[in-house]
Amino acid sequence: MPITEHAGAKLWQRRTTGRQFAIWFGWLLGVALFLYCWKQISDVTTWYFFWDAPRIAGDIGGRMVPPRWSYIDKLWVPLWDTLNIATLGTALAIVMAVPVAFMAARNTTPSATLIRPIALLIIVSSRSINSLIWALLLVSIIGPGILAGTIAIGLRSIGFIAKLLYEAIEEIDKNQVEAISATGASRWQGMAYGIMPQIAPAFAGITVFRWDINIRESTVLGLVGAGGIGLQLQSSLNVLAWPQVTLILITILIAVLFSEWVSAKVRHAII
Amino acid sequence: MLRLEKLVKQYKTGDKALKGVDLEVPRGQVLALIGPSGAGKSTLIRCINRLVEPSSGRIELNGEDVTRLGAGGLRQARRRMGMIFQEYALVERLTVMENVLSGQLGYVGFWRSYFRRFPQAAVEEAFRLLQRVGLEQFADKRADQLSGGQRQRVGIARALIQGPDLLLVDEPTASLDPKTSRQIMRLICELCAERQLAAIINIHDVALAQMFVQRIVGLRQGEVVYDGTPDRMTPEVLTEIYGEEDWAATRDKGAGDGHAAQAVAEGDAMAAM
Repeated sequence: MPITEHAGAKLWQRRTTGRQFAIWFGWLLGVALFLYCWKQISDVTTWYFFWDAPRIAGDIGGRMVPPRWSYIDKLWVPLWDTLNIATLGTALAIVMAVPVAFMAARNTTPSATLIRPIALLIIVSSRSINSLIWALLLVSIIGPGILAGTIAIGLRSIGFIAKLLYEAIEEIDKNQVEAISATGASRWQGMAYGIMPQIAPAFAGITVFRWDINIRESTVLGLVGAGGIGLQLQSSLNVLAWPQVTLILITILIAVLFSEWVSAKVRHAII
Repeated sequence: MLRLEKLVKQYKTGDKALKGVDLEVPRGQVLALIGPSGAGKSTLIRCINRLVEPSSGRIELNGEDVTRLGAGGLRQARRRMGMIFQEYALVERLTVMENVLSGQLGYVGFWRSYFRRFPQAAVEEAFRLLQRVGLEQFADKRADQLSGGQRQRVGIARALIQGPDLLLVDEPTASLDPKTSRQIMRLICELCAERQLAAIINIHDVALAQMFVQRIVGLRQGEVVYDGTPDRMTPEVLTEIYGEEDWAATRDKGAGDGHAAQAVAEGDAMAAM
């Protein structure tokens, strides 16, 4: 404790001098590292392209307006596919993630030494692979299309949902569970009465949040051939049809706004 | 009806919470279990329905050894033992009715309970109990909308709908104000008398215990150090249970009516928290 005596009065400081100096040195190192990296990046940048960028951006921007509104007729079906990929993918993930979450939570796992590590492994592997990479893999395995996209979204979401859900399960009030088992309830009844009501708000929040993220993710899955509006984006980019690209981006923006509105409503209604 | 024989509980940390407790509770007797914090009161009642596994000893309920029961047998034994908790332990997000009916879970299969299709007889009994504890108009309210006293009444109804022989009551009044505490204690004791239930009530408030129960058991460091009627609770006995304190000083002022002793005990409960 940095308490010193000076002329009979006790002085108090938040940190000892040595500790204060160590923290200051840490900041110095951080700033030095930042400046070094800045210089490295600057050295390998082709500055010709950089100075050129505003002109190119302006050029593309000019070609992008006005959007080709008539192209919307070709977007309804891909847009619907995108929503379906996100929604079905989330549903698929929930079905698989809920048991995984119960197996991963310390207070509900059937075996902490055997099953819990397996559940955690499932969570980590699902989370560490981006849905675009899942989609690439699945397109080569089951062929291009909506099914590959749906499964990719589902596999990617298992980890996310299971992780947040198992953390919610670990934070429940165990008195309520204890009270239910004291009535002579079975293990499953204990889950249905003691645990489920407690995690219901978290579950709803997590699900809607993930669905919201999945809408955004499924808009790009088409880039690798896994269905949805990304497919149109890809082909429009390939033929440099900039007005179509603008319309697609506007459509995606509206879809995302819609999903955020829905998720805000649902979260508000449940909590 | 309930008989504990040499009940021992040793936690994994090596702490012995119970050091061979012998206790016999006849049908219909309400017993208060007093003792300082950490004396093993909570452990004792949790061992009886095996929310905490006892390390050794016997627990006989109606002649059956509870410690030897398998999962199914334990569920059946637990139906005979209603439990009431300090922090009420209601499922906060369920309604009052669902909380009361959860006391029937030991009798109803999983899917029936999941879809809330309880037998009509159980629902009628739930309404009767809610009326008895004065909450009939709250059946549809969510548990987290109730006050402390109301929640404890729901807890009592949940324990009673099990149709128990024995109530295990863990600090029922520790989170309640003095008036509500008295009402809750009175309610528990009246219901026990009406239904011929035995009860073990863990309680810090010695005077409150003296007002309502027929027998007091004092626990100190996992051992029974007093077992007798409430009127024999002299300062010496209190010292034996809780340790040295000037019990007489505050006791003498109220001489006999128990109010002064109440003040002592409440002060003590405060100190223990």
